[in-house]
Amino acid sequence: MRNIVVITGKEIRGYLDAPSFYIIISVFLFISGYGFGWSPATFMESSIQGFLEWGQLFLLFLGPALTVRLFAEEEKLGTLELLLTAPLRDVEIVLGKFMAALGIFSLMLFLTFFYPLLLFGFGHPDFGPLFSGYLGLFLLGAVFLSIGLFTSSLTSNQIVAYIMGSALVLFFWFIGQTEGLTGDQTFRIFQLVSVSTYFPAFGRGIIDSNGVIYYLSLVIVFLFLTLRSLESRRWR
Amino acid sequence: MIEAKNLNKYYGNFQALKDVSFKVEKGEIVGFLGPNGAGKTTTMRILTGFIPPDSGTARVAGFDIQTQSIEVRRRIGYLPESVPLYKEMTVTAFLRFLATIRGMTGRRREDRIKEVIHTCRLDEYPKTAITKLSKGYRQLVGIAQAIIHEPEVLILDEPTIGIDPRQVVHIRGLIQKLGQEHTVILSSHILPEVSMVCERIIIMDQGKIVAVDRPKNLSAGLGGMQRYEIEAAGSKEKILARLKEVRGVVKIEVKDEGQTKRYLVESQPGLDIRDELSSAVKDGGFRLLGLKSQEMSLEDIFLRLTAKEKE
Repeated sequence: MRNIVVITGKEIRGYLDAPSFYIIISVFLFISGYGFGWSPATFMESSIQGFLEWGQLFLLFLGPALTVRLFAEEEKLGTLELLLTAPLRDVEIVLGKFMAALGIFSLMLFLTFFYPLLLFGFGHPDFGPLFSGYLGLFLLGAVFLSIGLFTSSLTSNQIVAYIMGSALVLFFWFIGQTEGLTGDQTFRIFQLVSVSTYFPAFGRGIIDSNGVIYYLSLVIVFLFLTLRSLESRRWR
Repeated sequence: MIEAKNLNKYYGNFQALKDVSFKVEKGEIVGFLGPNGAGKTTTMRILTGFIPPDSGTARVAGFDIQTQSIEVRRRIGYLPESVPLYKEMTVTAFLRFLATIRGMTGRRREDRIKEVIHTCRLDEYPKTAITKLSKGYRQLVGIAQAIIHEPEVLILDEPTIGIDPRQVVHIRGLIQKLGQEHTVILSSHILPEVSMVCERIIIMDQGKIVAVDRPKNLSAGLGGMQRYEIEAAGSKEKILARLKEVRGVVKIEVKDEGQTKRYLVESQPGLDIRDELSSAVKDGGFRLLGLKSQEMSLEDIFLRLTAKEKE
């Protein structure tokens, strides 16, 4: 546990020291703020629906962008050799890095609490959908971050890692939007696999256990694959 | 302290290590010597748990490198060949991170960081970002991180490569000092360096250990000749005659360079006949302008070793 915290601390400092992080966070706030500010839902329902719709799309970009550096850079600089020869278990390294990305993402979500505060100031928003909406965004973010972490562990080239991460994220997102392109049976399976199927319910205030469990399972699967990928470099 | 048995390692079809076995006793400084691709780095990476062997095993401080890897890693300080560093960190922050992941905390860690910074002569740069340091100082930071947790075993891959001569001298001294408390393994492809610092040398070539010995015995044990170069003024024939009478001389070659001539003398190994050679020249009434004994170079030793194998 202590080792995980040490790695997380190092990575969070890494984020805060990198100029690119502030660019990402600014773009995120700009886009989510745009979605919030221009959505009719904000004014008519006092809901964060507009923010959620734009936020989820931004996550497609954010997931790989935040995580691409975590393993690829260490591999490139050779510092992975320092980490892997330190008395750390591989799982501690993976979890430490994932927690750092998740922590930074949580910080970004925290900054958007400004939007619901505005709603409370000027209207009477429903607390339920606010909470479930943020929970959905958080879980979806966790899925994309774990995918990004996985592709980062596959290569020393950050661009390659980013492209692979984006491809996987887009796959899991858009496979549920292929209605009419495939047969009904296939589409139903695609919908089960796609992360986009489960998201709208969160925005409506429903905490769907299928969605929560599916998102969490994906996180676990990709963290496990990351761990395997890290272990496999010891065997190459 | 370290015991490797029949280590084999393949990279695809290429066999990087072929049945490598060796022992290193506690407190020894041992040098791995060999050309690029000889298997030095692979051996070190296996000992540090970075990569596993395909077959064979090794124990470090009594722990198996594969089944008790974490215990082994706790006891090893490792400087990889490429000297990987988190360059955006300051020297202190970097050392603190590495000390922490190796289990150090609180007061003990902070004191040790200061101590190590002093030992490695980084006193002027504790708050400097590593990216701003020169190559030599980065090397010192690399050594500092390797010793920060007071490991029993130090593994240094090419610790003096690519840095200026003054720092090389400092680093060699540092390694010798560290050797008093630690078991040290280092690699190099420079023979004089290894023979200066190490008590024992393991020579590797093409994935195999081709010789293990103390530096002094190496050239002698290989059937090589001791060589001397003499520069003297005077009659060539008379000087030659006198030199030939010296006990142990096997062969003399003369290089004519105008006024003075240079005599390349080979003698039986294990004898130091510099005294006799200089007397031979001076007692004959000639002027001795120079006399030096030539060590066998790494190239010579390799040529002999590889030639031996082909026979």
